Amino acid sequence: MTAWFDSPDAVARGLADVGYLADSATATTVFLATTLERPVLVEGPAGVGKTELAKAVAATTNAGLVRLQCYEGLDEARALYEWNYKKQLLRIQAAPAEQAWEQTHDDIFTEEFLLTRPLLTAIRRDEPTVLLIDEADKTDVEVEALLLEVLSEFQVTVPELGTIAATRRPFVVVTSNATRELSEALKRRCLYLYLDYPTPEREREIVLKRVPGIDADLAEQVVRTTATLRTLELKKSPSVAETIDWARTLVALGAATLDEKTTSSTLGVVLKHATDHARARKELDLPPAE
Amino acid sequence: MSLFEHHVEFVTALRDAGLTISISEGLDAANAVQAVGLADREQLRAVYAATLVKRQSHRTIFDNVFDLYYPLVYGSAATDRNGGRAAEPVRESPPPWAVNDPLRLQLREELSEYLRTGDEQLAQGIARDAVAGFGALQGFQPGRPSWSRTTVLDRLAPQTLLANLLEQMLGDDRDGIAEQRARTAIDQRLRRFTQLVEADVRRRIAEQTSFRAAARSGVRPGIDRVAFLSATKTELAALRREVQPLARRLAARLAHDHRRGKRGALDMRRTMRNSLSFGGVPVDTAHRPRHPVKTDLVVLCDVSESVSSFAHFTLLLIYALREQFSRVRAFAFVDDIDEVTRFFAPGGDILDSITQLGEQAQVTWLLGRTDYGRAFELFEERYADAIGRRTSLLVLGDARSNYGPLALDTLERLAAKAKHAYWLNPERTAVWDTGDSAASRYADVVPMVECRNLTQLGEFVKSLA
Repeated sequence: MTAWFDSPDAVARGLADVGYLADSATATTVFLATTLERPVLVEGPAGVGKTELAKAVAATTNAGLVRLQCYEGLDEARALYEWNYKKQLLRIQAAPAEQAWEQTHDDIFTEEFLLTRPLLTAIRRDEPTVLLIDEADKTDVEVEALLLEVLSEFQVTVPELGTIAATRRPFVVVTSNATRELSEALKRRCLYLYLDYPTPEREREIVLKRVPGIDADLAEQVVRTTATLRTLELKKSPSVAETIDWARTLVALGAATLDEKTTSSTLGVVLKHATDHARARKELDLPPAE
Repeated sequence: MSLFEHHVEFVTALRDAGLTISISEGLDAANAVQAVGLADREQLRAVYAATLVKRQSHRTIFDNVFDLYYPLVYGSAATDRNGGRAAEPVRESPPPWAVNDPLRLQLREELSEYLRTGDEQLAQGIARDAVAGFGALQGFQPGRPSWSRTTVLDRLAPQTLLANLLEQMLGDDRDGIAEQRARTAIDQRLRRFTQLVEADVRRRIAEQTSFRAAARSGVRPGIDRVAFLSATKTELAALRREVQPLARRLAARLAHDHRRGKRGALDMRRTMRNSLSFGGVPVDTAHRPRHPVKTDLVVLCDVSESVSSFAHFTLLLIYALREQFSRVRAFAFVDDIDEVTRFFAPGGDILDSITQLGEQAQVTWLLGRTDYGRAFELFEERYADAIGRRTSLLVLGDARSNYGPLALDTLERLAAKAKHAYWLNPERTAVWDTGDSAASRYADVVPMVECRNLTQLGEFVKSLA
């Protein structure tokens, strides 16, 4: 198997090429995960680029991205595999009368009737694959146990077909918003990465990279203001995605600087709660909204 | 000591500090270190963090222990800043009135430069020189000084640089938002500098004693284990920030447990209908969902100086969980009692609620010293109808009534009227009944629970809803 990356620096460079600016901790963790073949568990506030990280790794390595979006009530049939009942039924009905049952039985439990779901798909792929298990904290504990088996052995047992082992281990990213503590067993098998809000310097780079045509001074002002907003005790602090949105809005409006008036009229782009607006207006001494 | 032994000891120190690290994780870490190498210190930190720290609340502990075991420099090694100037020799801290000390003036100059530019390397250099020049205090043994971060920060007084800096950075153009932005930036750098000084002090202590001793003594617990009563100001802010996420987590778990809780009564109609597909045999039984039983909550909290942070915090959590209870009424007391429900309007702002509560609630009477007896009696007199058959009564306080009357029978009557009654005490069980604490006498009337940190509080609230 060929290596994904040569060094942590190669990771950082590769990710930067596709527009994802990773700090040294992120780059190192991704490098380790690919070298040690461990899944990465990424936690952090909403909108700091957890999902984006998986996409960026896939993009820079030209790997296929397989995504399993978790939700409450997700089960084996949706995560792993399922037999295509309807097709099996058709096959049984269409079987010639003289065919023995054993023959039919062997026929309907073959690849043709197997519906692979994300986990199995990722394991069976021969090409390099990034498997993204998004919002793992939303699932029930049973699915977590299932993940445990898949992520530690990279194999799946289908009773009728036998054990399917990964020919090429995928690079797995598990994201979580920490609405629930994931089990110790799962955490033990993963490398852990906490993505926090970036430093203003890094965020400025991100804005410059993602918002074409923005003035460097304006970018600086935007990230400094967001940093200030984050120090207030808000219900929902502005995320990186919202900072970028804000910068885009300002560019679209043709604003040259971010003064009180512009901030006041565009505050809705970054803050989404009425009480947060009130608090920000008070703390930053903004004029009331028009 | 070989590198390998150092690694093992580092892992042991982390375990001592309260992290759970399994053997396989220790092996992972060793493998990972091999894969990446030891060339870059921040990379090594990332490697250990990724393999050993699986919980963000442990991160501060980890960073502190890491700084001890893998320090940037040993002793007062020469720093290459200022064109290879030799490191400041360690000297005893000059007296506070020596404001014109040349080193002090120079470091303040440099610090001001750092606060303007945010150059991390410069800050590390300043922190090291500052601790060498100002942190040493007369120790027990000659030649082995003890170190203090307070002295360093006192002598340098970085806060006094602020006004000048803002002047320089903004000039005349001091409109509100630009100043706010600059202030945030400087504040963040100042905090970083304080951290660096603390880390350097810890490192010097560790070099004199042993790593493990220093790791044990100098490391504060993770935020979910911080005792409410001994929380620092920053920790209190961090705790408040934890309210919403904690409430969200608890609510999710409660909703989840509720759905999978015991099934309700048999639903005859649906069972019959289900049985049709099995030829009339009731293979699958259908059940009615259980009605959620929501409790009324009446909270009586002691908001006197000694326990106010705990009381406020608990109130906030309960209000954040409003949907889990059918009705919440809160009363605050010191030696007078007032209903404070009005300060916690839905969707209200956390900080505003606390400030308003502090300013407007009528909780003190003559002396302003906690008087549990008077508070309970007044409660019964004025708000007795707040407690009904479905109410859970919650008392928050340390049961320290300044040797005043306890009104045990009043509390007993109130508790008897309610469905449940609990007392949350933010003190350690070991110090109950010491001094003026009447903990066990109240505990005879109302079950008393120790509730010192986030984890315990979370568990309790979960059992309540």
